[in-house]
Amino acid sequence: MNNTNPLRSRKAEWLLTSSSFLWLAVFFAIPAVIVLAFTFHGHDASGGVGDWSFSTWRELVDPDYPTIVWNTIRISFEVTFWSIVLALPCAYAIARMNPRWRAVVAGSIMLPFWTSFVVRVFAWKTILHPDGWLQACYLVFLRFREWLFNWLPAAVQQFLVWTGLATAGHVDPATSTILDSETAVVLVSVYTFLPFAIMPIYTAAEKFDFSLLEAARDLGAKNFYAFRKIFMPGVKQGIVSAVLMVFIPAIGSYVIPQMLGGTDCVLIGNKIFMRAIQMRNIPHASALATLMAVSVLIPLGLAMWLKRRQDIRGRKRLEAQTARLVTSSNGEGES
Amino acid sequence: MKRSMFSIAVLGLVLAFLYVPIVLVVVYGFVPNGISMSFFDADGSFTGFTMKWYRQIFSGHHAVKALLQSFWLSLTIAGLSTLVSCVIGTTAALALHRWKDRLQSIHHALVYTPLVMPDILIGISLLMLFVAVKVECGFWTILIAHVTFCVSYVVMTVLARLQDFDDRITEAAYDLGAGPWYAFFHVEFPILLPGIVAGGLLAFTLSIDDVVITSFVNGAGTNTFPTYVSSMTKHSKNLPAVFALSTLMLLFTCALVGISKLLTGRNQAKLKGPSE
Repeated sequence: MNNTNPLRSRKAEWLLTSSSFLWLAVFFAIPAVIVLAFTFHGHDASGGVGDWSFSTWRELVDPDYPTIVWNTIRISFEVTFWSIVLALPCAYAIARMNPRWRAVVAGSIMLPFWTSFVVRVFAWKTILHPDGWLQACYLVFLRFREWLFNWLPAAVQQFLVWTGLATAGHVDPATSTILDSETAVVLVSVYTFLPFAIMPIYTAAEKFDFSLLEAARDLGAKNFYAFRKIFMPGVKQGIVSAVLMVFIPAIGSYVIPQMLGGTDCVLIGNKIFMRAIQMRNIPHASALATLMAVSVLIPLGLAMWLKRRQDIRGRKRLEAQTARLVTSSNGEGES
Repeated sequence: MKRSMFSIAVLGLVLAFLYVPIVLVVVYGFVPNGISMSFFDADGSFTGFTMKWYRQIFSGHHAVKALLQSFWLSLTIAGLSTLVSCVIGTTAALALHRWKDRLQSIHHALVYTPLVMPDILIGISLLMLFVAVKVECGFWTILIAHVTFCVSYVVMTVLARLQDFDDRITEAAYDLGAGPWYAFFHVEFPILLPGIVAGGLLAFTLSIDDVVITSFVNGAGTNTFPTYVSSMTKHSKNLPAVFALSTLMLLFTCALVGISKLLTGRNQAKLKGPSE
């Protein structure tokens, strides 16, 4: 390319880049720095930001906060797990349909999202109402869980209670309502994020060669074995993006726990909102936001690292194969 | 074959799961009692359906005035932020596509990071910025916030469209004497238009539905439709009006999609016509 090309001049580059660059620098990058800076400030009584100090970080040792961070991560994992478990067979089923049906079904999965998110969550609130039929199902579920729990060895029971995965004690129908419980938050979060898990897996499954599954079956593989060993690795890229598409918003969610979680289920998002808007403790809100950013960046970094490692490994394997091919063909040529 | 039956059964259940709340939204738009949200009286007798809430919406009744106002505010902000983010996003996509230097790699990171950040972090950090420079929150801060999170989506959509774009077309236009503006509006823009429209639609949907970011930067008196609804869910007897309005919105979007499908279908038929 010649450098005098007006298409690629330095001036044109600056002209095209400046608007978005400046906008995102001022309204995205600089605010992030401000958040970080505010965490090293104290707060004053009038809701402003005080002098430089470490008091905010010291106050975060408040026994509540580690529990809230852990609960947020645990619930996000639960939501991600159930979304993926439901999304995999759905994506598989859609990808195996004929193209006409595929478009219709894929479209009808996204359709509910044209109603306002808040309105949908509110509709759930009426479904989960204590007089509703889901409440009865919930009690049966709780009794079953209690029975399972009592059957487990004591050490496992203690571990489950300690991690918050289960609670000890007898189920009391009067106090265990599905509304204002963690179950409600997980259920509606799965409802909200499920289409964002189905879509990437479905996109990957569309490119998947289904004759591989038939080959596996011909070789004697059971259906589920073939699904797990052939289909799932085949759509791995889709699963990774589905996990990120669900996990990241789940970590940041605060509307669902606020409307359906009651006092039982307070996540980092709710705490940030409480601190920032209701209590006007700006430094505390900033510190919590920093914690949240860290809990998002760790899995994100992990996913990128995995992808890069896989790319490198794939390339190495390819190079080795090519080298082997070249040497063998050379050998054949010589002989 | 068994496996496939199982997965189809799961798909059916998931679709039911996704549609139950939607059906309820439509049904609750006809509920007569806005406090108990029930079609039954205290003594258990059926009260029937009502068109009261739809009448209130269409006549602009004072009980739903604030709701309608918030709805128009949402439309205004969604429209404006779509417009701004389409302009900014398209120039950014062009820059990212055309140059691959150090500046663009920073630019790319800047555009990409908002996509992987939870909404609440964008909301809180913008609130911090407005606190730091002591700006009163209101219409303009909401607009700024919406453009900020919409831009990245527009850039990604337009960039996807640019992947199939042959740069030699623009170069040919330059060789034939077109200036940068002429070349953009007569050569690049028509080719990119579907990408820009798709990005704009995405931006509009995200903006009109956003509650998390808006609730941080909306200040005291300014409410968009989602923030107004979430504030009225606790103590309001006009909730059926919200459901009725949502049903109308759903019908409107379905009609819009149907019409666009019909039009593109006819266009494709027209394009196919002579060649067959």
